[in-house]
Amino acid sequence: MTTICESADEAVAGVTDGATVLVGGFGTAGQPVELIDALLRNGATDLTIVSNNAGNGSHGLAALLAAGRVRRIVCSFPRQKDSYVFDELYRSGRIELEVVPQGNLAERLRAAGAGIGAFYCPTGVGTPLAEGKETRTIDGRDYVLEFPIHGDVALIKARQADALGNLVYRKTARNFGPVMATAAKLTVAQVLSVTEPGSLDPEVVVTPGIFVDRVVACPSPAVLAEEGAGA
Amino acid sequence: MSGANRRTPGRLDRAGIAKLVAADIPPGSYVNLGIGQPTLVADYLAPDAGVILHTENGMLGMGRAAQDDEVDHDLINAGKVPVTETPGASYFHHADSFAMMRGGHLDVCVLGAFQVSFDGDLANWHTGKPGAIPAVGGAMDLAIGAKQVYVMMTLFTEAGVPKLVPSCTYPLTGLRCVSRVYTDYGVFALGGNGVEIRETHGIEEPDLRDELGL
Repeated sequence: MTTICESADEAVAGVTDGATVLVGGFGTAGQPVELIDALLRNGATDLTIVSNNAGNGSHGLAALLAAGRVRRIVCSFPRQKDSYVFDELYRSGRIELEVVPQGNLAERLRAAGAGIGAFYCPTGVGTPLAEGKETRTIDGRDYVLEFPIHGDVALIKARQADALGNLVYRKTARNFGPVMATAAKLTVAQVLSVTEPGSLDPEVVVTPGIFVDRVVACPSPAVLAEEGAGA
Repeated sequence: MSGANRRTPGRLDRAGIAKLVAADIPPGSYVNLGIGQPTLVADYLAPDAGVILHTENGMLGMGRAAQDDEVDHDLINAGKVPVTETPGASYFHHADSFAMMRGGHLDVCVLGAFQVSFDGDLANWHTGKPGAIPAVGGAMDLAIGAKQVYVMMTLFTEAGVPKLVPSCTYPLTGLRCVSRVYTDYGVFALGGNGVEIRETHGIEEPDLRDELGL
């Protein structure tokens, strides 16, 4: 059953030190800023964060990093124009980094959510990111063995939920949300609004409520834009 | 190694390179343009060519950059720049987006590069220099996934060192994956017959061969 929470703090309650936290978003699009802020207040530390990027500017994920709560980050593209918080931590040796090709990040999360033990993948063959990994030739093509990424918690952002936790998203803010929702023991979604069962067309539900444990309405989320990108 | 079939007296600028790439993209293709220089190619695709642009962060039918009140921070491209929708656009999650790449569904991707080797190895994600923060994004997935991988780059570094090389010295992105290289001084086809010079711009073919050691 999905629980509809009264606050973001209630929604992230119980996240413990050392947890692996999957954080949705591509840059700032789809980043669950209110849930991350609540996680900051929650106080959990020594976290492993799995997210496409390593924070933008000084808010959201970057604030969690700046507060020293993150021991290790698993992401595809840490370095951005406005990733100065991460850059400083990394260069001073205060955060561990695992760089994962973006498709492997998505597929390793998908595998975790789908009960797949591991999979062979052509991405990265012959590159430094495949060093030390098992490889296999299948039908004449080389593949690298990749393992799932399981989360203790997933924090994601969607546009709308119904009271059963069915989710729809908004434009490219969807990104990692649907795969992360499947890959964690506890999936928490922040949404603009929570509506009655039956209010969402079942044909357009993207994440069925079975994958969603807690929902909280954040009707006016922070709008973060990457600093220096576009308009 | 047949002779160049097209030549111009002047070296190409970035727009000139982008025009050449755009002209070589077959009508109706599904195309991913990498961040940076390759995004320029979109400006030179004929509107009636029916090329559909894919962006790795979950969209087909990506339109031009958003302006003024079109800006919506939930609608961005891989470079995190606000963009627009075209009619018939669709959104999907990251695993589907990368299935489009890794499953061989994209016809063409256009990437920048630090180096390309004569047999098509690509190095474009990490300089490996001390203090450099590695960031791969979707480059390795695109390199092995798209049916055709076009690289767009200057042929020489600022120090004058060729970037089309016998063997890459930078960390690799993908093996034998690049099919064409578009540069300011020439266009090269890579494949079973080694490096074929297709066009020269602002340099004579024998001099180009000399410079590259071909």
